[in-house]
Amino acid sequence: MARAISPRKKLMWTALSWGIGLMIFFPIMWTFLTSFKSESTAISDPPVWLFFDWTTENYSTVLARSNYPLALMNSIIIAVGSTLLGILIAVPAAWAMAFVPGKRTKDVLLWMLSTKMLPAVGVLYPLVLIAKYFGIMDSRILLVVILMLINLPIIVWMLYTYFREIPGEILEAARMDGANLKNEIIYVLTPMAVPGIASTILLNIILAWNEAFWTILLTTVNAAPLTKFIASFSAPEGLFYAKLSAASIMAIAPILIMGWFSQKQLVRGLTFGAVK
Amino acid sequence: MNTKQRMLGTTVGLGLMAGLASVALAEEITIATVNNGDMVRMQSLSPQWEKDTGNTINWVVLEENVLRQNVTTDISTGGGQYDVMTIGTYEAPIWGNNGWLVSLNEGMADDWNADDLLPAIRGGLTVDGELVAAPFYGESSMVMYRKDLMEKAGLEMPEAPTWDFIREAAAAMTDRDNEINGICARGKAGWGENMAFLTAMSNSFGARWFDMDWAPQFESEAWSNTLNFYLDMMKESGPAGAANNGFNENLTLFQQGKCGMWIDATVAASFVTNPKDSTVADQVGFALAPDTGLGKRGNWLWAWSLAIPTSSEKQDVAKDFVSWATGQGYTALVAENEGWANVPPGTRTSLYENQDYLDAAPFAQMTLNSINSADPQKPTVEEVPYTGVQFVAIPEFAGIANQVGQQFSNALAGNQTAEEALENAQALTLEEMEAAGY
Repeated sequence: MARAISPRKKLMWTALSWGIGLMIFFPIMWTFLTSFKSESTAISDPPVWLFFDWTTENYSTVLARSNYPLALMNSIIIAVGSTLLGILIAVPAAWAMAFVPGKRTKDVLLWMLSTKMLPAVGVLYPLVLIAKYFGIMDSRILLVVILMLINLPIIVWMLYTYFREIPGEILEAARMDGANLKNEIIYVLTPMAVPGIASTILLNIILAWNEAFWTILLTTVNAAPLTKFIASFSAPEGLFYAKLSAASIMAIAPILIMGWFSQKQLVRGLTFGAVK
Repeated sequence: MNTKQRMLGTTVGLGLMAGLASVALAEEITIATVNNGDMVRMQSLSPQWEKDTGNTINWVVLEENVLRQNVTTDISTGGGQYDVMTIGTYEAPIWGNNGWLVSLNEGMADDWNADDLLPAIRGGLTVDGELVAAPFYGESSMVMYRKDLMEKAGLEMPEAPTWDFIREAAAAMTDRDNEINGICARGKAGWGENMAFLTAMSNSFGARWFDMDWAPQFESEAWSNTLNFYLDMMKESGPAGAANNGFNENLTLFQQGKCGMWIDATVAASFVTNPKDSTVADQVGFALAPDTGLGKRGNWLWAWSLAIPTSSEKQDVAKDFVSWATGQGYTALVAENEGWANVPPGTRTSLYENQDYLDAAPFAQMTLNSINSADPQKPTVEEVPYTGVQFVAIPEFAGIANQVGQQFSNALAGNQTAEEALENAQALTLEEMEAAGY
């Protein structure tokens, strides 16, 4: 039976959740407001909240100065491509670790995660030289592969955790019914793990979307995604916060909208198996 | 085939050939540049060059630090992604020495006059007699001050002030109740942040980074005088939280009328005098960076220049573009489209002889004097083995100066004394330099 919560306590928790939510959302809202201000209003002291001359000039300047559609397209292809490729490799890997664990499975998992501790810059030069050798510098395929490799440990870990929640007996029953390995993974395991796979996909798209080391250093023009687009609007010498805000909003809007529509799946996936 | 048909055939044939020729000649080059106002303007005017030559440009416009990471990775691996790179005076001598940059002594357009370049700027971009980059715009640092506050304090700013005068004036202008700080200066840690300011300042106090044997000199009296003076002055008259202030933070304070004086890049002059953004636009005066009478002033010298990496496969087209963008013709083009005040400053003598420019830019003479008073070949009072005014042109410098900058910024925040900061700076510089084999 669920515990009864007093209305006062409920109110307190609601207020606290709203407070934390607003605190997290505030920077995005402020960036949004700043993107409609003039440069001088953007730095005015005390700050101006809502009552200023709203202008879309920053957006038109940003659009005129750079190729936003290309950067957006590159971001989508790189983020979605690397995630799907990662899932394709990670599902069998996580299946093996979850249902046929060996003596060293735990070590393998830890080793995979440990690769995330390597400072990225340590492998920058080898990777640039390899990419140059194959003639794929500044190409989407290079970034799809690199980001897939970078996020693979996380994808495998997440899927492994979800798969572990699925009773092995169900898979055994499928085997008894004559399902081979391929059918077992595709028709039995995957449908049961859909919430987990969906949230893994969403989380990894977000991670790949925000990745700002490799995407900036391995691209010039053709494969340059939104991270590089933003980098052209921040300025250490000159106050261009309004333009930077406009560029930032344009860069985060697609992922924000995607997150908004899929928040149910995200929450469901992230809390999948948390309550037994 | 009748005559008409023959003529038609010939015409079509010739037309096709001409078309093919122009296709074969038209090249696409990739240019990496910083996103400051002058460079963005170059980008917006470049269709003119594309129209004149038939070539096209791919622009990669980035924030300074990101640009530096990008082009350094590319040039050191021979990546060949860029045909023209925008580089600073710090990179030019190092990359030139490594043989990574194409010499511009030959192959530039006939009307591109190298002798017209300002000697201080040209000197900083020359390696073994070879010009390795063409300056696009140059800048130094100077004192910007509020005429009204100076008058209220009963003082008059000399054209070439001393540090003692600056400190005295700063104290007199400070009015903390009304949020007015006598002096604003960089405090944020970083080789291009507080260390640019403090290294240039130390030159005027007779200090230097290294002696002729490359031994670090932070234990010298001159460095102690520099840092103590800076910390005391900032404590007396600087803004709260100065240890976090870089160019943009100080620019904001100055434009909001919260600084009596600000010592920073000459490029700031156009911002603080712009009535659209600055509340004190009509009250700003300029003076040379201060000195202590030792023969060196506390100003730096920087130029953003266009260079061509040897890994570029389109060096001739690249040279043609560099000639166009850094030549006198470009200056005239900017003046025609955007007015003389928006012409990239600080690279050519002829610009400072142009009355139209002098009329349009009230800070022009001060910029020129500031640039001319900085000598990257001989930046310090005592002899040094390096070039560079606010930096030391060795590859290890950026890393070391970032760490030293942390020490000094910490001292400004009140977490350690000047002596402790200098002691730490000496120890870490010594360690890094020994590890680098000096």
